[in-house]
Amino acid sequence: MNALKRYLNSFLLVELLRGLIVTGRHLFARKITIQYPDEHTPVSPRFRGLHALRRYPNGEERCIACKLCEAVCPAAAITIESTQRADGSRRTKRYEIDLFKCIYCGFCEESCPVDSIVETSFYEFHFEKKGDNVITKEQLLAIGDRYEKRIAADRVADAKYR
Amino acid sequence: MSANEKAVVPPASDTVTIEVDGRKLQAKKGSMVIQATDAAGIYIPRFCYHAKLPIAANCRMCLVEVEKAPKPMPACATPVAEGMKVFTRSEKARESQKAVMEFLLLNHPLDCPICDQGGECPLQDQALGYGKDDSRYDEAKRVVPDKDIGPLIATFMTRCIHCTRCVRFGQELAGVMEFGALGRGEHTEIRTFLDRSVNSEISGNVIDICPVGALTSKPFQYKARPWELDHHASIAPHDCVGSNIDVQTLRGKVMRVLPRVNESINECWLSDRDRFSYEALNSEERLRVPMIRRNGQWEEVDWRTALDFTVQGLRNVVERHGPDALGALASPIATLEEFYLLAKLVRALGSNNVDHRLRQLDFSDDDRAPLYPALGLTIPELETLDAVLLIGANPRKDQPLLGLRLRKAARRGAAVMAINPLDYDFTHRLAAQVIGKPEEMYAAAAEVVKALGQMGHTAVGEASWIDALSPRPEAERIAQALMQANKKAVLLGPFALGHPQAAGLRAAAQRIAARANATLGVLAEGNSAGAWVAGCVPHRGPLGQPADRGRDTVAMLNEPRKAYLLYGVDPELDVLDGALAAKAMEAAEFVVMASSFKPSVYRSGAIGYAHVLLPLAPFAETAGSFVNTEGRVQRFEAAVKLYGEARPGWKILRVLGDLLGAAGFQYGSLDEVRAELGVPSLFKPTALEAGGAAAPLHTPLADGQLYRIAEVPLYAVDPLVRRAPALQDTADNPRPAARMNASDIKRLNLEPGAAVVVRTVMGEARLQVQTDARVPEGCVLIAAGYPETAMLGAHGPASVVRT
Repeated sequence: MNALKRYLNSFLLVELLRGLIVTGRHLFARKITIQYPDEHTPVSPRFRGLHALRRYPNGEERCIACKLCEAVCPAAAITIESTQRADGSRRTKRYEIDLFKCIYCGFCEESCPVDSIVETSFYEFHFEKKGDNVITKEQLLAIGDRYEKRIAADRVADAKYR
Repeated sequence: MSANEKAVVPPASDTVTIEVDGRKLQAKKGSMVIQATDAAGIYIPRFCYHAKLPIAANCRMCLVEVEKAPKPMPACATPVAEGMKVFTRSEKARESQKAVMEFLLLNHPLDCPICDQGGECPLQDQALGYGKDDSRYDEAKRVVPDKDIGPLIATFMTRCIHCTRCVRFGQELAGVMEFGALGRGEHTEIRTFLDRSVNSEISGNVIDICPVGALTSKPFQYKARPWELDHHASIAPHDCVGSNIDVQTLRGKVMRVLPRVNESINECWLSDRDRFSYEALNSEERLRVPMIRRNGQWEEVDWRTALDFTVQGLRNVVERHGPDALGALASPIATLEEFYLLAKLVRALGSNNVDHRLRQLDFSDDDRAPLYPALGLTIPELETLDAVLLIGANPRKDQPLLGLRLRKAARRGAAVMAINPLDYDFTHRLAAQVIGKPEEMYAAAAEVVKALGQMGHTAVGEASWIDALSPRPEAERIAQALMQANKKAVLLGPFALGHPQAAGLRAAAQRIAARANATLGVLAEGNSAGAWVAGCVPHRGPLGQPADRGRDTVAMLNEPRKAYLLYGVDPELDVLDGALAAKAMEAAEFVVMASSFKPSVYRSGAIGYAHVLLPLAPFAETAGSFVNTEGRVQRFEAAVKLYGEARPGWKILRVLGDLLGAAGFQYGSLDEVRAELGVPSLFKPTALEAGGAAAPLHTPLADGQLYRIAEVPLYAVDPLVRRAPALQDTADNPRPAARMNASDIKRLNLEPGAAVVVRTVMGEARLQVQTDARVPEGCVLIAAGYPETAMLGAHGPASVVRT
């Protein structure tokens, strides 16, 4: 009996038709493949991508060199040297993140009392030279300046879940 | 207090039994609950209570529940009683502690992220345990303006919780009421009176005891976080106390120095000099690579070239002029091993001209000298003295932590007396005091000898000039106080050692001590004790073994040598007679300078006469041992990596010894050096032998001349402190001036602030006149150890003329 069933199934190409049904279903379903880099997948406002140092609206850098991010970083990717700026305020002299060491856990962002260090939703970056993986304070601030709108919008979007 | 109690279990009769959280504890009668719980390891939160300070009970954080007491009691101010039941964690106790914490945090700013205390803050820690995560206080917080109290301490007065630890530290320990609590209630402010700076020589300790971030270290401000610092146990080099320090480093740089608790040396305190001198380690003036001078030009070279050049230069001089043409001077802050190797090297070359006593003038009693300049007591024993005679000593400034001990003795009722060149500002009452120029000091000391002789029933039997003296009333009072006291000591300070007739003064002090049955102690500079035991003196080898007599510092400079080996010495500033030193160096054919710093033209002319500069590692970068005034040998290891091409001194000397072909320089480690020298953990002090006291020399002063007193202020003593910017800015380090008392200024027809030329036989200096009531009549105080005054030489007649 079973032998007969198997024979008919293969003779009538039932398996093939079943497979074609699946193919046919996907043929008419919504497409999920995107044409990267022409197209991008949507990114959550919580996405933890490239780091940035933010500024206050008046242009003053937020970071106060409290070194909490450096202390909390599980990969020891952050190096900070603090000093007193000429105006007497506490500032960093050096703020570096080694992006090869970084595991993008977001603890630095969480520990920051002034929302200075953030992980942006920007994730498309690469390095061309040895040593470029260590990004400096100036680079971080520049990233912050460039993406401030997006960073701020992401924080607003996520604010109610924090 | 509590630390001592931990060690000693008091006898049953004066103890009571209390019960804390169900645990039975023995406590000394009259002690406070918090002392008993601290000894038993039971934690009670606190801010104002500090074991070394008197009790104030004003923070109320230590409230505990006591059975049968209607209200919670402060554990720091509640004496123990038999059968007392204390609950430190009951609901009532916790509730009161939490309530107090809420009040303390009302006005405290939420600026932990920028506060230097963050991470080592008792308030931060205790807020975690006793605070709430939210505040019910919505009103505006109190803001208190910050004060500028000097270059060492930064203030953030809004953070202050008014525990008054700093006030009590000043009142009870430092002995200067610099901080005070002004105003009441909400308007209370900790501030200095009349907004003056805080000038105490141990002021840095308030940074440690402040339980919040109100008082923090200015040189360390915003530099690092406590959790990221590496700790290295070390020993402070600047005075003969040998304070235990914790050198804290970050990425190979010394960031700050804190005290390490050692009850038998520095307790939990540290002098400002030991605390802030680390700044010099990161100085711009550090010597990075070896340098040699060829054809009148300075060249940076590698070690091999520099050492070959050195060896060649030394060999040339020794071959041409004989080994006696070589002289070596070492800084008293070098380590025991360095002193030993330096002396060994010089002796291997056939010379005995090696000395570290750069600020001494009279060496005529060298043969009678003890093994090393010793206190003769342990440091804590200073507190138990009943009478102390200080000769040429100002321990408050020169050895601040010994000054602290002496103040405790004085407050207990000890008679502290002084024979000094200046009317130093002591932080306690003096029972008697003689102020005068050096010859006057010597005469006064001799008068005390005479007075003691008259009092004792022994025959006076002194040198005829002493017999002929008639003691002044002050001398008699000193003699009387010494005779009456039980435990007593005579202490010779750095000024006495640098006295023109130091040998006579020492002999007089020895007689005073012998007649009064007192201990004779010497407070020498830095690691002098180490230099003596290592044989870095011209007449003795290691451990006091006899050696052929070489030339002492003054002889080496008076009869200039052809080659000098300067070990960590800026000759003009480190030698008391800087002018003489400079002259000798300029006349020399070959000068080798091992130094941690570039001898800048401003600091020292050495750049002009040195032929080789060898970068030498200072104390934080090298290992070694210091011997303190008790004879205690304390080893330490390097805290940070070497700066540039600098090398530890013992390695430089070892290689130099090898290259010079001297035998026995094949050391593999410092331990081999120590083993060869035979270093115990404690060198037993020996006594100064009695000897004759020469009649005092009278220095004739021409008409209009004054006697120049050359004193070395505390922040000019060695090359390290001279390059610590914060210390250089303190009130204890004023720019050198011609300081005279008001009557002399009037007599010379000058006025304060007048520009004058001071001339001595050695040279001249342009200075300003300043009124200084401490200076005796007929004298002018001009500090030594500064480039401005280096050319004046040592003590002696000086004319002060208006420019």
